Amino acid sequence: MSFTFTPERRAKLDALILRYPKKQAALLPALRMAEEQAGCVDFDAMEHVAEILDVSPAKVLGVFTFYTHYRRPGTGKHLVQVCATLPCALRGAEAVFDKFAAELGIGQDETTKDGMFTLKKVECLASCGSAVCVQVNDDYHENLTAETVPDLIRKLKESR
Amino acid sequence: MSLPAYEPVLLKYANQRGMHTLEAYLAHGGYAAAKKALGMKPSEVIQAVKDSGLRGRGGAGFPTGMKWGFVPSPEKVPGPRYLCVNADESEPGTFKDRYIMEGDPHQLLEGIIITCFAIGSNTAYVYIRGEFALGAKIMEKAIEEAYRHGAFGANVLGSGFKLECTLHRGAGAYICGEETGLLTSLEGGRGYPRIKPPFPAVVGLFGQPTIVNNVETLANVPHIIERGAAWFKAIGPSDDPGPKLYCISGHVKKPGYFEGPMGVTIRSLIHDYAGGMIDERPLKAIIAGGSSCPWIAPDKIDTPLGFESLKKVKTMFGSAGTIILNDSVCVVDAMWNILRFYAHESCGQCTPCREGCGWLAKIFERIEKGGGREDDIATILEICDNMRGKTICVLADAAAWPVQSILDLKNYPDAAVFRPEVEAHIREKRCPLGKHKAVHAEMVKQKGKISPRLVV
Ligand SMILES: Cc1cc2nc3c(=O)[nH]c(=O)nc-3n(C[C@H](O)[C@H](O)[C@H](O)COP(=O)(O)O)c2cc1C
Ligand code: SF4
Ligand code: FES
Repeated sequence: MSFTFTPERRAKLDALILRYPKKQAALLPALRMAEEQAGCVDFDAMEHVAEILDVSPAKVLGVFTFYTHYRRPGTGKHLVQVCATLPCALRGAEAVFDKFAAELGIGQDETTKDGMFTLKKVECLASCGSAVCVQVNDDYHENLTAETVPDLIRKLKESR
Repeated sequence: MSLPAYEPVLLKYANQRGMHTLEAYLAHGGYAAAKKALGMKPSEVIQAVKDSGLRGRGGAGFPTGMKWGFVPSPEKVPGPRYLCVNADESEPGTFKDRYIMEGDPHQLLEGIIITCFAIGSNTAYVYIRGEFALGAKIMEKAIEEAYRHGAFGANVLGSGFKLECTLHRGAGAYICGEETGLLTSLEGGRGYPRIKPPFPAVVGLFGQPTIVNNVETLANVPHIIERGAAWFKAIGPSDDPGPKLYCISGHVKKPGYFEGPMGVTIRSLIHDYAGGMIDERPLKAIIAGGSSCPWIAPDKIDTPLGFESLKKVKTMFGSAGTIILNDSVCVVDAMWNILRFYAHESCGQCTPCREGCGWLAKIFERIEKGGGREDDIATILEICDNMRGKTICVLADAAAWPVQSILDLKNYPDAAVFRPEVEAHIREKRCPLGKHKAVHAEMVKQKGKISPRLVV
């Protein structure tokens, strides 16, 4: 399946490119737009972005792989990212992660068979004052404990 | 104890609902400071910020006005100048810029206008970490509003000054908070830091003079212009003044972010702001300004939080991310967590950092799991020594500082408090606090099956 931006996104990207003196500077935002459109960034999207920005696909791949926050193909509908850095760890991040793993039946970097959930440990989300923090897709869920995890999973399952 | 009398400056509106709109901002006199600045000479604006004593809130505490003064004149270096706003907020323990952007984004935008005018820049980029989807949405909206209001564009607030402002979302990499890593990332590359000098003020974004400032730093600027340098200098200690956002996390009853004058003591932050220690358990260690900072012992609790005052007790204020550890914490376990972070976030350009962070993390893991060796501490300190001051950016130093602070008796007096616990792990070949089982020997025996990670 090849990837092409929708005309609206393409227009938005073209306008954005003009905001930088060099086209390549729009690379991170362009990958973000591809992610918005397709739900993840795959090789086709990277090639498309490379063509628009006049850089080699290898360059785009090299940049893409440096960053952890883009969704990779095969990611579940709900990408559950449990912060495991010290401030969250002090407030029980390990137990929160284990609870997710037990409830969902998956481990680090795994996806449930039905494609609903992917579980990941991540580093500090800048929400240490409301630890434990878990980012699911774009949303922060704060002050979580192992006890409140099942409730969150239920809510996520109910959401569309 | 009671809180010092203090009227919030930075969070005055940010903590109220609905104050993120342009309408609300204008209603309480917003953009008046920008108008005032645009009627001054750029050199006068820089002088006011110099006189205020404002120091960067992003980590290094560098005097802001002085940094702006490093931008060379157009005769020396022609072409565009840039302002890059550092909204990467990635130092563990730090969570303050987020609330400025989500709660009162126009305060930041006004700071951007004044700063750009002062340094002669017509282009500003706000580099916001990828995880902040909500913050990005609010900022994007605010920038749009500001354009419509004429605060950005070809004729800023009717002054004839031209300014374009663009929000740029990162994608999850701590190192993009380091100013030169931020620049390479913004240019569309892997976030690799660059060797300094040349400093960004001279050779920065797209090779042009560039100022990188933290969100909170810039949010202070409109207030300095509006109320004057003397007003600013009178808040907190005069050698290190101003309003400040404090973040406190870990084992306190009410962790969170607070605004106060510079120089609030650690004791006051814990007890007056954050409600005291959880279950009244004793304090074991203080990480004063974010995970990179050398640890200090509980007897430093009366130290004021500030760039100068914390230097005196051999640590740093960094990005004001105070992490409080109680007696349930295992020193080795906590340090392993910190080191795992740096090993994960090292960009990999410099061997001492790429290898050193990983080695340290592995050795701490091994010690925690009962595989400590007699020469481990010497090895660790040697690795740290090879990481300090030998790399492109200071991430390597940032990983070594906390480690040295618990082991290096020569340079860090408080190491005497923490080192015995590490030694006990090694001597007893287990974690005396029982955080992890002593599985190391077992795992080594089953060679072939074990994760090679464990055997260092
Ligand atoms: C590894 C590393 C990470 C950093 N992360 C941040 C960050 O997330 N936000 C920030 O404002 N400064 C960060 N800094 C500091 C910046 O390099 C720079 O000093 C700062 O943005 C300058 O702004 P200021 O003078 O307003 O403080 C980091 C530095 C290092 C070495
Ligand atoms: S010190 Fe580490 S993070 Fe900094 S440039 Fe070198 S390898 Fe990259
Ligand atoms: S440590 Fe989890 S949000 Fe900072």
